[in-house]
Amino acid sequence: MGELRAYAALFGAQTRSVLSYRTSFVVELVGNMGATVFDVITVIVLFRATPQVGGFTLAQAVLMVGLSSAGFALADMLVGNVDRLKTYVRTGALDAVLVRPLPALPQLLLMDLPLRKALRVVFGFTVLGGAVVMNHIDWTPARVVLIVVTPLAAAAFFGSIFVISATLAFWWVDSGEIGSAFTYGGRDFTSYPITVYGAGFRSLFAYAMGFGFVAYQPALALLGRADPLGLPAVAGYLSPLVALAAAAVAAVVWRIGIRHYRSTGS
Amino acid sequence: MIQVRELRKTFSVRVKAGRFRREKRVVTAVDGVSLSIERGEMVGYIGPNGAGKSTTLKMLTGVLTPSSGFIEVCGFTPVPQRTRLALRIGVVFGQRSQLWWDLPLRESFGLLRHVYRVPAADHEARLRRCRALLDLDSFMDTPVRQLSLGQRMRGELTAALLHGPEVLFLDEPTIGLDVVSKQAVRAFLGELGATGDVTLVLTTHDLADIERLCERLVVIDHGRVVHDGTIEALHSRYGSRRSLVADLERPLPADFSLPGAVVTSVEAGGHRVTFALESVAAGAAVAGLVAAVGVRDLSVLEPDIEDVVARLYTDS
Repeated sequence: MGELRAYAALFGAQTRSVLSYRTSFVVELVGNMGATVFDVITVIVLFRATPQVGGFTLAQAVLMVGLSSAGFALADMLVGNVDRLKTYVRTGALDAVLVRPLPALPQLLLMDLPLRKALRVVFGFTVLGGAVVMNHIDWTPARVVLIVVTPLAAAAFFGSIFVISATLAFWWVDSGEIGSAFTYGGRDFTSYPITVYGAGFRSLFAYAMGFGFVAYQPALALLGRADPLGLPAVAGYLSPLVALAAAAVAAVVWRIGIRHYRSTGS
Repeated sequence: MIQVRELRKTFSVRVKAGRFRREKRVVTAVDGVSLSIERGEMVGYIGPNGAGKSTTLKMLTGVLTPSSGFIEVCGFTPVPQRTRLALRIGVVFGQRSQLWWDLPLRESFGLLRHVYRVPAADHEARLRRCRALLDLDSFMDTPVRQLSLGQRMRGELTAALLHGPEVLFLDEPTIGLDVVSKQAVRAFLGELGATGDVTLVLTTHDLADIERLCERLVVIDHGRVVHDGTIEALHSRYGSRRSLVADLERPLPADFSLPGAVVTSVEAGGHRVTFALESVAAGAAVAGLVAAVGVRDLSVLEPDIEDVVARLYTDS
């Protein structure tokens, strides 16, 4: 209880800090949405050249983009800033976080929660809403649950990927943008039907790393389509489990990582 | 309050060895430090740059994980029980801020009250005391980024004390401060230590901090404790001597000798002489000098801790 109030206070402080630079906040808020808009436009442009990609229509592909963008934008706003960890590690600023009586990760996330990314989340969910309308989904109770749970599971999954790739910084101070290959790369991967990828690449990203369960499989279940790649229908409902597994890995990696923190001289 | 046994911290660093090759090398920053600090003690922890001072402090506060050894602070093991320990200790890192850059001090303090879950009445009482002692009132509403270093440091001290810690760790609290601010910080810490409720561990390069504040001095070099005791013990161990500077009536005769003292310098054509007092009391030395040549003026200088410590650093 006391801890929750502490987090609320940290969040309030972040909000006030951001709003002390009001104009730049508004500019960033709008500018940030641009990136997500382009992701969707890319998909639409692709389908102008060909009516079907990987055996899916534009409307079906937009459903995948919608699930992926909504989840990713949510994760990016809530957890994405963990990639600033490398700055904290390099400059030793993590020291100040570690001497406070709260777990380090929630503190870091709340300390610079990027409110400027809020419009991206709104846009992601708008695309998802549009996709749902375009696809005339045959609603069953299971599918209603699925449409609610999938973006949240996707957010948890991407959030875990953000944490895992940021944790690289504990071992490798100048890890640079390598983590982005898995975060932003993962988002791009999940924005398309996985049938478009080569078999080896697909096995690694879609199955071994779990990205195939974030948007593609739930989209199949929502559309009532069988997987052309042969996974059973139940695969569409696995995304919460995959997200849970990713979160568990992230928690372990984080704990090990923070014990490897070396701080800086003085 | 603080128990440390055989504490060790090693880092592996990659060193350039040729154009593309890199070699892994193990650097030992803290090499078997043992310490025991009681409640209410004020301990100065000093050593040359890179001696392992900050690394030790960071292990004591749970920031860094020790490579081996035993640590207990306030009954807790720092890293596994970091968040619980944090409620009982205060930390000021001279080169890092605990405050919120874009918020006024007043708001930072209010936030810390929530972070540390301090009852409002206790918070008010402690803040009132710090405001009075550290003279914060004129800049309570200024965003931290606009404070001067001296003002910020006073804010940091307050921030570290608002939850009533049992141990206060200070890593170079006076670094970069002007003389007046240094004195304000020292006076404040002195007053804090005098209450006997707070155990104080401070690292510094400014030995005046230590002389003013700490009865106990721990000197560390190359990761090892090379001295642990009072400042006087350090002087007697390293044979630091008081010196007697005398302005004489006439130049010192060449054959003059003062039993138990050694001439260390002669200036002003033999009119000003400095003796190092090795085994003679200052009074007896003065009497001998007055009888032999006549003294116009004199002064007795206490040994300089800077010299002793400089010697300690170069020796080890």
